[in-house]
Amino acid sequence: MNLADQIRAAWTWLTTSAHWSGGDGIPHRLLEHLQYSALALVIAALIALPLGAIVGHTGRGGFVVVTIANFARAIPTLGLLLIIVTVMSIGLTPVLIALTALAMPPILVNTYEGIRGVDPDIKDAARGMGMTGPGILLKAEVPVAMPLVLLGLRTAAIQVVATATIAAEVGIGGLGRYIIDGLARKDYPSVVGGSVLVLLLAVAVQVAFVGIRRAVVSRGLRNQA
Amino acid sequence: MIRIVRGAAVGVAVALALTACGSSGDKSGGNPLDQKSSGGGSGGVVVGSANFPESQLLGEVYAQALEAKGVKVTKKFNIGSREVYYDQVKSGGITVMPEYNGALLTTSVDKTSKAVTTDEVNAALKAKLPASLEVLDSSKAEDKDSVTVNSQTAAKYHLKSIADLKPVAGQLTIGGPSEFKTREQGLVGLESKYGLKFKKFQPFDANAQTTLVKLLKSDSIQAADLFTTDPTIAANKFVVLEDPQNVFSAQNVTPLVYKSGLNDTGVAALNAVSAKLTTADLLAMMTKVVGDKQDASTVAKDWLKQAGLGG
Amino acid sequence: MNVIAAADGEPLIRWDWIGDHTGQLADLTVHHLKLALLPILFGLVLAIPLGVMCVRWRWLYPPTLGVANVLYGVPSLAFFMLLIPYFGIGSGGKADFTIIVPMTLFSLSVLVPNVVDGLRSVPDPVRQAATAMGFGTLRRLIQVELPIAVPVVIAGARVATVASISLVSVGMLIGNGGLGQLFIDGYARDFTTPIIVSCVLIIALALVSDGVLVAAQRLLTPWARRRTR
Repeated sequence: MNLADQIRAAWTWLTTSAHWSGGDGIPHRLLEHLQYSALALVIAALIALPLGAIVGHTGRGGFVVVTIANFARAIPTLGLLLIIVTVMSIGLTPVLIALTALAMPPILVNTYEGIRGVDPDIKDAARGMGMTGPGILLKAEVPVAMPLVLLGLRTAAIQVVATATIAAEVGIGGLGRYIIDGLARKDYPSVVGGSVLVLLLAVAVQVAFVGIRRAVVSRGLRNQA
Repeated sequence: MIRIVRGAAVGVAVALALTACGSSGDKSGGNPLDQKSSGGGSGGVVVGSANFPESQLLGEVYAQALEAKGVKVTKKFNIGSREVYYDQVKSGGITVMPEYNGALLTTSVDKTSKAVTTDEVNAALKAKLPASLEVLDSSKAEDKDSVTVNSQTAAKYHLKSIADLKPVAGQLTIGGPSEFKTREQGLVGLESKYGLKFKKFQPFDANAQTTLVKLLKSDSIQAADLFTTDPTIAANKFVVLEDPQNVFSAQNVTPLVYKSGLNDTGVAALNAVSAKLTTADLLAMMTKVVGDKQDASTVAKDWLKQAGLGG
Repeated sequence: MNVIAAADGEPLIRWDWIGDHTGQLADLTVHHLKLALLPILFGLVLAIPLGVMCVRWRWLYPPTLGVANVLYGVPSLAFFMLLIPYFGIGSGGKADFTIIVPMTLFSLSVLVPNVVDGLRSVPDPVRQAATAMGFGTLRRLIQVELPIAVPVVIAGARVATVASISLVSVGMLIGNGGLGQLFIDGYARDFTTPIIVSCVLIIALALVSDGVLVAAQRLLTPWARRRTR
């Protein structure tokens, strides 16, 4: 099978209408995939953003946070998932825990580094304008740190979207089904097709973050970082 | 910013090309590298195993039986499903693979085969296997795929045979390895021979038998394709449904061999294993591996010693 | 969601299992390091010239980075599977490249930007001074620019190394995941001990490798230490 045939096979797989409907159809699997990914990302952000911001703002506990985050980065997601599944049984919760653990470190470290790295002069200026601790954090530090914070969120989002495929290993849905089932059945068009979908999703996340960055980062900062 | 987007677009195009080209040549024979991957090159016999504990156990049994006769062995365990490893045996990348004759026949050799008994299956295999491959003697030990239900489902619908499922299958979820969905000895055969259409199929990696067992126990699924030598079937009072239409054919443990990679000593060693191995042995060994968490290598060694085959 | 492992009386960790398997654990650890670290080495070998080219010809950088980032988005399992027909399956020998090649490409998405940032961090006066001293382009690159870029490059190598050590374990799904092999062993038998032990070893490997890289950076950039003192 040559390159052209291969592309055609994957294209045929992607464009076969039977693959676009029902519980095993692409829209349903895509939705599942997005659902796990988004949920994990939101949970991770809800924990890591405030934590990183507070630690960066106060400057206390920074070393501990970075050390723990580096430690957490090293946790193999699949291993963690299998431990939780073995102990708890199957379900969405183990997948969410594992993906959240994957998403937290980059958000946490980037938020912390971003806030900590804000020029002291900016903080002084804010203080001079009569702002207090929380005001300085929210109105001066967060906007200035925003590019780094977004970078952390983007890294986390891409990792989660690509890694959510392993949910299929423990019987959960998502686009990983096409890859894991395709491997078991030696159905390569399904593997390639599924991978292309995950890839496109990862690219869509990148593009979305370009848009978010435009909307959120103040113009004066856009050329940096 | 636009440049990044454009960069990403170029990236997608290139990556798509790469992924596509990475996957070309998956059809066996078309790829020159396949021939070179012969394990015989290093002078050893490569024993493989599929991705579930019993296959690894049998791989250990074969490997140690060969070693006891002085054959140099390399192990490549936990490779995946038959769909994945079969081509590797065909091209000599793996020399010896523990197989189940019936499943081998209908998954990889002749999907339409009607052979049911051990003799029929082996005759069909001998006739249809590619020239590079052969099956050695089959053992008496059998481990079939099955349709197994939990006790509450069996009681509720008075289930004894797969045929009893016909009126109720639409209300039941069945779990099994991914490949079960597309195999003749799986949902395909269950539909064509019994007219069964289940409400839902819950796919799992073949590795995840223990998870299937948990789900079956908690009634999250009502039926599952469990291997009949799974010690948890008896422990949980699951009911293995009879199969009067023989969707699941004979499944004798049988070595699949890349012919030119194994000498007569090796063949004799594996045939000696097959002569001794019974279903009861297999069940007892699986209880030690899965239940008592003993190592497959230890359990295999004990069995070989007890059978008088371990040097 | 019921806690079944506990209900069956299986402890989370069987300590004696660890003692009985030190040999296997050592072998898997060595193999794991090979699968995870060779890609970083290959990645650096590719990323440094790529980075140099991207700095020299600026238009090259966005597409290069785009490709690297997109490759990073390919699910690792799919990547491994697509290479099986070329390098084979199982562990050891040529089959290891089924894992090493994708891991190398994954590392590029971190290494290339860091090489570029590192080279761009070289102050212009330094570059001009080197030129004024009669350094040719190549000599300037090797003796002046790359050493200055070392801290940023190593920072990238650290991130890539930790990610690589953790990600290699996914290879277990095709029978070659280093310590990840124990995940499947444990999962298939409802046996948490091997999974936990291999996870702990993987984390330990990542932290030790990270420490080694920090030490390497100190050795390679003695001037940085002197300045902070």
